[in-house]
Amino acid sequence: MSTLVTERPRTAQNLISQTRQVSFWAEHAAPIGLVVLVIVFSILSPSFLTFGNIRAMLIAAAILVILAVAQAFVITTGGIDLSISATMTVGAVGFGIAWQAGLGFVASAIIAILSAMVIGVINGLLIAKGRVTDFIVTLGTLSVATGLALIISDGKPISVNSPELLRLTSGSIGIFGYPIILAAIVGVIAWFVMFRTRFGLHVQAVGGSEESAVANGVSAVTVRIAVYLISAGLAGLAALLLVARVGAAEPAINTAFLLNAIAAVVLGGVSLTGGKAKIVGPIIGALLLTALTNGLTLLGVSQFYQPLAVGLVVVLAALLTRYQKK
Amino acid sequence: MTDTMTQSVDSSTDPDVLLSATNIKKSFGGVHALKGASLTLRRGEITALIGDNGAGKSTMVRCLSGIHPPDSGTITLDGEVVSFGTPKEAQKSGIETVQQNLALVEELAVWQNFFLGRELTQGFGPFRTLNRKLMKATAQELITDLAVNVPPVTSKVRRLSGGQRQALAIARAAGWGGKIVIMDEPTAALGVQETAKVEQTIRTLRDAGVSVLLISHNFDQVMRLSDHVWVFRAGLAVAGRRTAETSGEELVALITGAKEA
Repeated sequence: MSTLVTERPRTAQNLISQTRQVSFWAEHAAPIGLVVLVIVFSILSPSFLTFGNIRAMLIAAAILVILAVAQAFVITTGGIDLSISATMTVGAVGFGIAWQAGLGFVASAIIAILSAMVIGVINGLLIAKGRVTDFIVTLGTLSVATGLALIISDGKPISVNSPELLRLTSGSIGIFGYPIILAAIVGVIAWFVMFRTRFGLHVQAVGGSEESAVANGVSAVTVRIAVYLISAGLAGLAALLLVARVGAAEPAINTAFLLNAIAAVVLGGVSLTGGKAKIVGPIIGALLLTALTNGLTLLGVSQFYQPLAVGLVVVLAALLTRYQKK
Repeated sequence: MTDTMTQSVDSSTDPDVLLSATNIKKSFGGVHALKGASLTLRRGEITALIGDNGAGKSTMVRCLSGIHPPDSGTITLDGEVVSFGTPKEAQKSGIETVQQNLALVEELAVWQNFFLGRELTQGFGPFRTLNRKLMKATAQELITDLAVNVPPVTSKVRRLSGGQRQALAIARAAGWGGKIVIMDEPTAALGVQETAKVEQTIRTLRDAGVSVLLISHNFDQVMRLSDHVWVFRAGLAVAGRRTAETSGEELVALITGAKEA
């Protein structure tokens, strides 16, 4: 019994001594940052921690959570998907066109995801088979996808009055709206795929050392094509939430989503060099960025300051990752 | 012991011989890396391959492990003529290679590296999941059997010492039921203590009945570890000796060509 008694203070002490190390803060930057933000904003604004605002924040975070999970797969392999938000736009326009043609919700949703995945196939083939740098390929498809969305839609938003989409945005279970529940399901499946399946292990192996992975019989080409397909497919799924939120399929350029998705992954402690997989981290990173934007709005800070604040947080997080344990 | 040179020419009848490569030729463009080299590997022995840089040792090993299929010549394994187009085919026949760079992923745990590319799963179809428990237990058991300083299987390879990494790579090669494990300079980057531990691992492997083909530049190590030595010079196996019947001086003379076999 005496061991039990001494054990407790020891773990507490251990925790306290850990907090003296920079690596502790670097390792847990996203959850710590989220807690700090919540405390600060709830002191400064009484409406921050209300039921309505939390619910709204979670709904607003859903798209970014899905995009961050998608980006996490690509970044774990050491790649990057700069076309992710443009791919989402293609998905949204795909949905709009299909809906306009009278295809119904389910068929339109499938077309949205498939049209987004076309961009994913192009990314995957060029990067894995063509051996072109991921940065250049996805920068190219970012532009191509943006252009395609404008061409197909003739530059005009397609309004969508789908009762299914309306239910998706307005429905909720308690404080959790359907969008964040959908994002949570995506997160759980992604975690499972990454950490409990052969494919997930191969994603981490290719990111850690492609040469060693290949020497052990892992097909790096297949893995790379797959992660860009996952990224694009999830961007297509996020497109549904985007159309639902706006009420229309807009061919708009959503650059903020691209930068915030990458920022969320970096905040979540995933190394851009690859090999270090995390799913929960990027999700918390996405929640943090949403809470930051929401809190600043509640405080009446000008919209102009929000990108500045997001940028500062990301750069700070990137600095902190230098102190992560190897 | 009888003259080993005559043995290599006609070894298919000797039951002690597990693998024999006869008259292997391999050229890369105009460079003749192997000009008809022959060697044999006996069951449960450590066979060393020595020679100067460019003598053809590595090319020979690559032919045996399926990385470079030979241009001509025959490889006989267990009395049957075999040919390997890829490393996978060689592995299927029971020839495992410990690569010089070890082919480990530093960010992954020991057990994940152990099973990388050959993971054990449970369930079926798209619902197949990793059998983590079984993989951890198996990896722990097989590494403990072989190595002296065993790392916990859940630790990341990044945290392992050079010797522990080498032991992991050897245990992985041996763990797949390999009849022959080929090692290219396994202790080249290690200190004295770690070298001793890895050598112990190699002996344990031999005692378990596995044949080991060892490339080494270290004469002391060859004399300590091996049962048989093949000397390569200019793309040919110029001499084969029982280790017990030769000396470091003789081997040096054979390598440089000061002494004809």
